[in-house]
Amino acid sequence: MKNHILKVEGLTKSFGTNQVLKGIDLDIAPGERIAIIGGSGSGKSTFLRCLNFMETLTTGAIYLDGTRIGRVVGKDGDKESVVYSPRTLCDVRKRVGMVFQQFNLFPHMSVLQNVMEGLVTVLGKSKGEARQIAEAELTKVALHEKLDAFPSQLSGGQQQRVAIARAIAMSPEILLFDEPTSSLDPELVGEVLRTINTLGEEGRTMLLVTHELGFAYRFATRVLFLYDGKIHEQGTAEEIFKNPQSERTRAFIARSSEFSL
Amino acid sequence: MAYEWDFGVVLAQWPLFLKGLGGTLLIAAISIGLGVILGAIIATGRMSRLAWLRIPAGIYVDFYRNTPGIVHFFWFYYALPIVADIRMGPLEAAVLALTTQSASFYCEVFRGAILSLPKGQWEGGAAIGMTRFQTLRRVILPQAALRMVGPFIERTFELIKTTSLASTLAYGELLYSATQISAQTYRPMEVYTVVALIYFCLLFTFSLLARRVERRLTHV
Repeated sequence: MKNHILKVEGLTKSFGTNQVLKGIDLDIAPGERIAIIGGSGSGKSTFLRCLNFMETLTTGAIYLDGTRIGRVVGKDGDKESVVYSPRTLCDVRKRVGMVFQQFNLFPHMSVLQNVMEGLVTVLGKSKGEARQIAEAELTKVALHEKLDAFPSQLSGGQQQRVAIARAIAMSPEILLFDEPTSSLDPELVGEVLRTINTLGEEGRTMLLVTHELGFAYRFATRVLFLYDGKIHEQGTAEEIFKNPQSERTRAFIARSSEFSL
Repeated sequence: MAYEWDFGVVLAQWPLFLKGLGGTLLIAAISIGLGVILGAIIATGRMSRLAWLRIPAGIYVDFYRNTPGIVHFFWFYYALPIVADIRMGPLEAAVLALTTQSASFYCEVFRGAILSLPKGQWEGGAAIGMTRFQTLRRVILPQAALRMVGPFIERTFELIKTTSLASTLAYGELLYSATQISAQTYRPMEVYTVVALIYFCLLFTFSLLARRVERRLTHV
């Protein structure tokens, strides 16, 4: 039996009366690189954001390393009431890092301070140790020359690489990427994708929501096609992109790659 | 017939003007200090997830926003002794009225600045495992503080001008001095012109200072 680092069971998510996720089950093994594709409104970003509880689940369960996140305090018919304490969520987020579409860097801090912040404030490391780690991670994303720059002085691609350094500095077991290149100018997309690719080669467990199908094809060990709040089809990159079983998947991929070179 | 201005007799009363100015500065300073503290507490309540903190804080702010300032002065000075048997001097009543009302305005200054920051800043903090409080302290407040400066100065000017309402409680601030001098000299036009000039000089000096502080803060 495979040991799963993250397991999702019967996940649903509603915003008011609008059900965005309609029951998702997923097992993720260590070292998997999962690309999540799908049209806008398919729920792919919401799904990713549920995994580190940027959104709270409406129903369903998430297990991290076999332990269920949150405490079930009762049942209301079929629906469990689960309490997610702030402390639990902070612990989960230390282990499940996230990179956002809009970077969400702290504009009042330098590049170095951005990366050091979590190490000092959350992990309680000394400034010296945090600085060492931060510099090493920033070297990894090729930004060691920008330590003292502020986010506003960087290009979008550089900002996103700082955000990646900030996330990996926390040594998360899983990394989530929420459309990391969608707000970048086309010529800056490559540098960010290369950085993500390097991380994948290190054997990290990663989930990536993306519109860059070419990258997903080369990068992912598994591809999920989300449609209407469910995993419509999944398989290896080869299976999904070259031989999709569902007509809907086929149509999505054809539409998305219509104008590619 | 042209009015004959005579500032001489009025200006001869300068010690009384000075005393009034002192009274104005005293209640302004106390009320700003206390108002900021109370305002921060109420802002925390208004932004709390707990309804029993959030709702009363909201009512408080709505109350002060929708009632005229002078009513608060009268309440503390005239009504409180009758309904609750709490008696206080004009200074205490004026400070309480000013503090409680400026707290509601400062609360909105703080809250407005905090809410003006994009949600992504909270999420950026949360994503690396920071608690809400850590994110507030390390990420949100340092940025919000800069956005508070302008509205804060604006509100403080309003507060300083509102101190003139304390004259209705016979508290010895600038306007009360003016009433007295006016009664002695029969020169109300000159007296109130001088008062206006004193307010103008005071606030204009403050605004020059404030502009300098603002520029320094926002250019870091």
